[in-house]
Amino acid sequence: MDIRFSAEEIAFRDELRAWLGEVLPTLGDPPDRDDWTARREWDMGWQRKLYDAGYAGINWPSEFGGRGSTPTEHLIFLEETTRMGAPYVGMNFVAQLHAGPTLILEATPEQQVRHLPAMLKGEEVWCQGFSEPNAGSDLASLSTRAIRDGDHYVVTGQKIWTSFGHVADYCELLVRTDQEAPKHRGITWLICPMDLPGIEVRPITTVAGSSEFCEVFFDEVRIPVENRVGDENDGWRVAMVTFSFERGTAFISELLGTMNQLAEMAELARSVPRNGSTAWDDDEIRREIGRLQAEYDALWALTKRVVSQAQRTGMPGPGGSVFKLYYAEVKKRMADLAHRMLERRSLVLAEGSGDEQTGGDMVASRLYVLSLSIAAGTSEIQRNIIGERILGLPKER
Amino acid sequence: MDFELSDDQVALCDGIWDLCQGRFDIDTVRGLAECGGVDRQLWGELADTGVFSLVVPEEDGGVGLGWAEAGLVFEQLGRALVPGPLVGTLLAAEVVDDSVVGLIERTDGPALVEYPDVLDALLVLDGDGVWRVDAAELSVEMAQSVDPLTPVGRVAKLPQGEQVSEGTYGWANRAVFLSSALQVGLAMGARELAVAYAQERQQFGKPIGQFQAVKHKCADMYSREEVARASLYYAGCVMDATMGPGLPAEPGDYLYFHGCTIERGDALGDHEHRELVRAVSGARILAAEAADHNGKDCVQVHGGMGFTWEINAHLYLKRAWALTPCFGSLDRHAERIAEMVGANPLG
Ligand SMILES: Cc1cc2nc3c(=O)[nH]c(=O)nc-3n(C[C@H](O)[C@H](O)[C@H](O)COP(=O)(O)OP(=O)(O)OC[C@H]3O[C@@H](n4cnc5c(N)ncnc54)[C@H](O)[C@@H]3O)c2cc1C
Repeated sequence: MDIRFSAEEIAFRDELRAWLGEVLPTLGDPPDRDDWTARREWDMGWQRKLYDAGYAGINWPSEFGGRGSTPTEHLIFLEETTRMGAPYVGMNFVAQLHAGPTLILEATPEQQVRHLPAMLKGEEVWCQGFSEPNAGSDLASLSTRAIRDGDHYVVTGQKIWTSFGHVADYCELLVRTDQEAPKHRGITWLICPMDLPGIEVRPITTVAGSSEFCEVFFDEVRIPVENRVGDENDGWRVAMVTFSFERGTAFISELLGTMNQLAEMAELARSVPRNGSTAWDDDEIRREIGRLQAEYDALWALTKRVVSQAQRTGMPGPGGSVFKLYYAEVKKRMADLAHRMLERRSLVLAEGSGDEQTGGDMVASRLYVLSLSIAAGTSEIQRNIIGERILGLPKER
Repeated sequence: MDFELSDDQVALCDGIWDLCQGRFDIDTVRGLAECGGVDRQLWGELADTGVFSLVVPEEDGGVGLGWAEAGLVFEQLGRALVPGPLVGTLLAAEVVDDSVVGLIERTDGPALVEYPDVLDALLVLDGDGVWRVDAAELSVEMAQSVDPLTPVGRVAKLPQGEQVSEGTYGWANRAVFLSSALQVGLAMGARELAVAYAQERQQFGKPIGQFQAVKHKCADMYSREEVARASLYYAGCVMDATMGPGLPAEPGDYLYFHGCTIERGDALGDHEHRELVRAVSGARILAAEAADHNGKDCVQVHGGMGFTWEINAHLYLKRAWALTPCFGSLDRHAERIAEMVGANPLG
């Protein structure tokens, strides 16, 4: 166990810091939450800047245009960008964090040439079309049908909860290609261009009043067979590759951002009036802030363990499920604490980043955190995974 | 950075666990309650293995490892429920020659001394330094301990003793760290016991571990343990980096915590001090709570059996309770960390 960074890692970090120090002040203000055109420009523009500076695809192999950095450098990259307040990966999430890595491992050279450079340059937004109205936790029971017709699949059915579906150019789409086979063996992973005839996207309004995800309807959509990733009916295995990335390192910036928020909360506590003094003077509140910090520090340490495992084995370890399960609960407690501190002011929902007076995004955060124990596999499903795959307890069925 | 155990560290854990299973099987451990918690023969074997001289430099006859390794060893001792004044004896190794040594903070009024019947000496920490009190000087009135494996006695007033060290810097943090390591091991032992029972006990025609209410409880036990373990290992690394002995300091040997670089070998500056305190207090809270919750959950998973003296579940829980109130309450540790949140360079 050695938490020290090597000389190369430190050189990498210093260079990155210097670049961020130059580029961040030139960015201007982030766009409004509901201005999707501006948000696309912002997220893609940032990706392009990363590309031009040689930081795009930080952990992608260099033969695919990435920087070929180690998992530790990837971690440093995420730490520094978050620490210095660089834009979040945003709508590039799917392309950068799981579709791209999946294509690197599973796609044909033609597919790789077609998509990977465009993903790196910030020219393609991707979304994930896995969940369906009747196939959520039980994803393998999905029923969006694909019938082979010459060199096309004809796809009919519905996806739901598709984040960024309304702005995406491509979709990682799971379809059923064999109705008769056992449910895990009749699934195929397709690259679906979102502008094909027969696709209809309807945004869904979230509890936070935003439209981050969509329903996507497919009516006899013709997808070329050459868009298939992996073999026909081997899509479940490919989807598991996708998941290992989604649950592996995808939460690092999220955690670091949360630590920043906790520091802001500690600041806020010192100014919020409470019982004739400030919230900071309330022992209960101060202790809860300390405990939250202890738990985030521990999760950060756990992340470093997961990353170190990835460095040795090439794949993220099972620590990802533990992280996600634990993190969701701690973050909910932090949002609740913000409300306890703000008292009546917690009625006001402010947009954008922290408004000193109302604790704005802390209020919005209390809604957002509800999704943490649902998206990318619910907490109940994570507990099943830990119980069965790690602890070896008997399966339900 | 490579925050996974090295091959040597894995071998160290395995070696200690094998020793525990061979010499401190659960019947032996339970039997130690009858002799004040320590059997000199077995204790001597721990000493011969190097358990108490882990962090003593090789040139002084020790094993010459770091705090990270001491944490790993203590984790295994906790997992095996090995009783005795383990923390005090390890910390004492550099200042006294006694073989069974307790450690306590000086407070006004009466003190509760652990393992009073078997001590050679008691080290007392106060604002002026560390003091050795010969066990013969203690007049002890035995009390009934919550934990059968942690006998305690009341001492009306601790003697002043003879000074063995002027500084106390690091002592409390080290004691807290080692206790936390024992507790991570307790959390692990309790989780292992619960999972084993969930696999074998049948109700409604199936193993109870197939019921989600039980399976998910076990998953939560594992998660707590893993998160506490990560924080413990991190604290061990920070201790090695900031107060040694540990990895040799070489020029250009950098440390990186929360966005700031420090150089090893420098005197412990404000920043390092904060890092150390934050890491150790964090490990303290997470380990104590993981051990407490896992102990309780282990009782629950065992049903009626869990409420019996016969089943070992209560031993993990009681040991966890005995280890928590030392060198600061959990609330105090939480407050210490809170003081450092705003100062986090990440913010
Ligand atoms: C913000 C957000 C973004 C998302 N983005 C995407 C996306 O981009 N692409 C995509 O494909 N999907 C996305 N999802 C969908 C997400 O993966 C699913 O919501 C999730 O897998 C749960 O499925 P479900 O909603 O059908 O709930 P259900 O599976 O119906 O679950 C309902 C409840 O039952 C519980 N439950 C179900 N099965 C079990 C079981 N076996 N044991 C115990 N409890 C069980 C669940 O834990 C849950 O509490 C997103 C979801 C959210 C909230």
